[in-house]
Amino acid sequence: MDLLIFQAPILMVQASLDGILLGILFALIAYGMALQWGVMNIINIAQGDLVILGGYIAYTMYLAGIHPAWGVIVSPIIMYFVGWALYKLVINKVVDRDLFISILATFGIAIVFQQLMNFVFGADVVVAQSEYGTTMLFDNSVTLPNSKIFAAAISVLYAIGLVIYMKKSRLGRAIRATAQNARAAKILGVDTEKVYAATFGINAALCGVAGALISITLTLHPYVGLPYTVRSFMIVIVAGLGNLPAVAISGMGLGLFEEFADYILGTEFRIGAVFMLLVFILVYRRFKLSKKREYLK
Amino acid sequence: MNKLTKLFVTFISAITLALVSFSSSFAKVEGEYIVLGSAISLTGKYSSNGVHTQNGYNMAVDRINKMGGVEVQGKKYKFEIIYYDDESNPKRAAQLAERLIKQDGVHYMLGPYSSGLTKAIAPVTEKYKIPMVEANGASRSLFTKGYKYLFAVLSPANQYLEVAIDLAVEKNGGKPVRIAQAFEQDAFSQDVRLGILDAAKRTGSEIIIDDKLPKELNDMAATLAKVKATKPDVLVVSGHTKGALTAIRQISEMKVDVPMLAMTHCDAAKLSKQHGKNSEYALCASQWHKNLSYKDKFFGGGKKYDKDFKKEFGYAPPYQSAESSAALLVFKDAFERANSFDRDKVRDALKTTDMQTFYGNIKFGPGGQNVAKPMILFQVRCKGDTCENKVVAPTKWASDKFYHPIPKWSERS
Repeated sequence: MDLLIFQAPILMVQASLDGILLGILFALIAYGMALQWGVMNIINIAQGDLVILGGYIAYTMYLAGIHPAWGVIVSPIIMYFVGWALYKLVINKVVDRDLFISILATFGIAIVFQQLMNFVFGADVVVAQSEYGTTMLFDNSVTLPNSKIFAAAISVLYAIGLVIYMKKSRLGRAIRATAQNARAAKILGVDTEKVYAATFGINAALCGVAGALISITLTLHPYVGLPYTVRSFMIVIVAGLGNLPAVAISGMGLGLFEEFADYILGTEFRIGAVFMLLVFILVYRRFKLSKKREYLK
Repeated sequence: MNKLTKLFVTFISAITLALVSFSSSFAKVEGEYIVLGSAISLTGKYSSNGVHTQNGYNMAVDRINKMGGVEVQGKKYKFEIIYYDDESNPKRAAQLAERLIKQDGVHYMLGPYSSGLTKAIAPVTEKYKIPMVEANGASRSLFTKGYKYLFAVLSPANQYLEVAIDLAVEKNGGKPVRIAQAFEQDAFSQDVRLGILDAAKRTGSEIIIDDKLPKELNDMAATLAKVKATKPDVLVVSGHTKGALTAIRQISEMKVDVPMLAMTHCDAAKLSKQHGKNSEYALCASQWHKNLSYKDKFFGGGKKYDKDFKKEFGYAPPYQSAESSAALLVFKDAFERANSFDRDKVRDALKTTDMQTFYGNIKFGPGGQNVAKPMILFQVRCKGDTCENKVVAPTKWASDKFYHPIPKWSERS
């Protein structure tokens, strides 16, 4: 059975498409993480919980009779302010401290968010229905849920929008300047405090979009945020900071790798395989870096 | 000054401690009350099922107390329960069990919600020789450790879907079937899997896909693509509510055609409500259903329980509530037969329990599991847009006919 994928090669198409579509969605979450990590030097453990909160916003709309796909517009708006408020309340106190403090602080935020969501939305697993149907390819042997295609398309749109915004707008340029050198930016008149708040807000908004998409493609539960944090963390580690194309490729690559690991190694090893890959990449990087250091010497 | 204050504080706390331990050492039976203790998940990830469990306990306590209570040595006693919130955390549950026993002096325990928490508490109750009747820990490993003070009113996890395999074989004209299965990697789901392995062996059936889903996983697309390619006769899925919801979502989206789909946790996941028509024909294992014809004098039958529960709590009782109520009936019966509050006598009485409740027959096997009650299977059936769970097996209680095979997606409207 291990080699089912080779007996039925059409499964490779299915696996590739599944992996890529899901990878794009994860890449969006990872991009938010890379952005605020790069700008503020904060690793946000609460990233996944922001995603789930965004999902619950879309789910609430669904319960109210509004199509959950509108969540991709409403949820980021609400989440922007949630992120902004979080910055003003907690993050601004840890932004200049070392990485460990920020990890602790965001870990605390994650717990508070989980409990709050549990309190407000209950501990049941919920789903929102998009009723988007399915796309059948190759004589029905490859099936793609339209909701996943929709999710990938929206993720790409938001990512492109953000890149343009970063390049063209005043705030976008201020954010990039702060990322390069916060002190210099400050001297040149950039209000870094404002930039930080906006960055955290934008990250939360991206999480909101991703959450709304997850509510119609996967499932929501107050305590399932952590896997999203871990996944986006991995994508960022592989891709590096502040490099959107790399984040996108790394997201899709990990998605692909995971799907194929499932077919070849078995479902129980798919997540283990991804972590093995991460270890491999980190060791390889270190090896390369040490070589570079030798040149410098 | 400072020293004096410290001395004073120590003195006061010593007195308080002494008072606490004195006042509570007779708490097992206080006046006319028999005090039971339970650590239960009122917050945290099990909080909804924790509340269902608590409601079930409370409903039974009220009912038994109203109908005369428990008669021991000619005197009437009432039940009272001390609850603590275990925050869905096994460590906390074990601490609270210890606290209930040592500080509150509780001598009889009711179980928490979930196999995991029951596993955390059982060693504590065992150590202090406290009889515990539990209603929400189905994991097989609870009943193989040789616990002497643990009694479960529910059927163990490995029995959940065995019936489904028998049913599939029966529908296949008695010939073996090809099984595809996907189980989450947690104690409960893996126990369900063991049950399927046994059933497959017994019927000579072949397991062609045997996926173990990581806990963090919320995407089953790969497993389902394999199912699509191999066309098994039965697909079995178990992964708590998340697994059930993910499976139905992706089976309907990927248009996976299988003649039979068997799952667990359909009712806890509110499958028929959340997924509507997409969940139709799914076969689900359940401990209890209101249409079963079991009876007792406290709750009448399942339908009456359903009605009374709805009146009191405003929602239809899930089986978690029904089995929790049944636990109290078992305790009452055991106290009356033991005719004593001696823990070991109560325990011996529990061991020889053989009774019928609205929830089902209860008789404990050597490991403490209930051996007298079969699991039931219901099937989701829809009329228009409203979907309902209909009991289809075992035949004795079936209210509807089992619909087999599931029509292909291309033929479904």
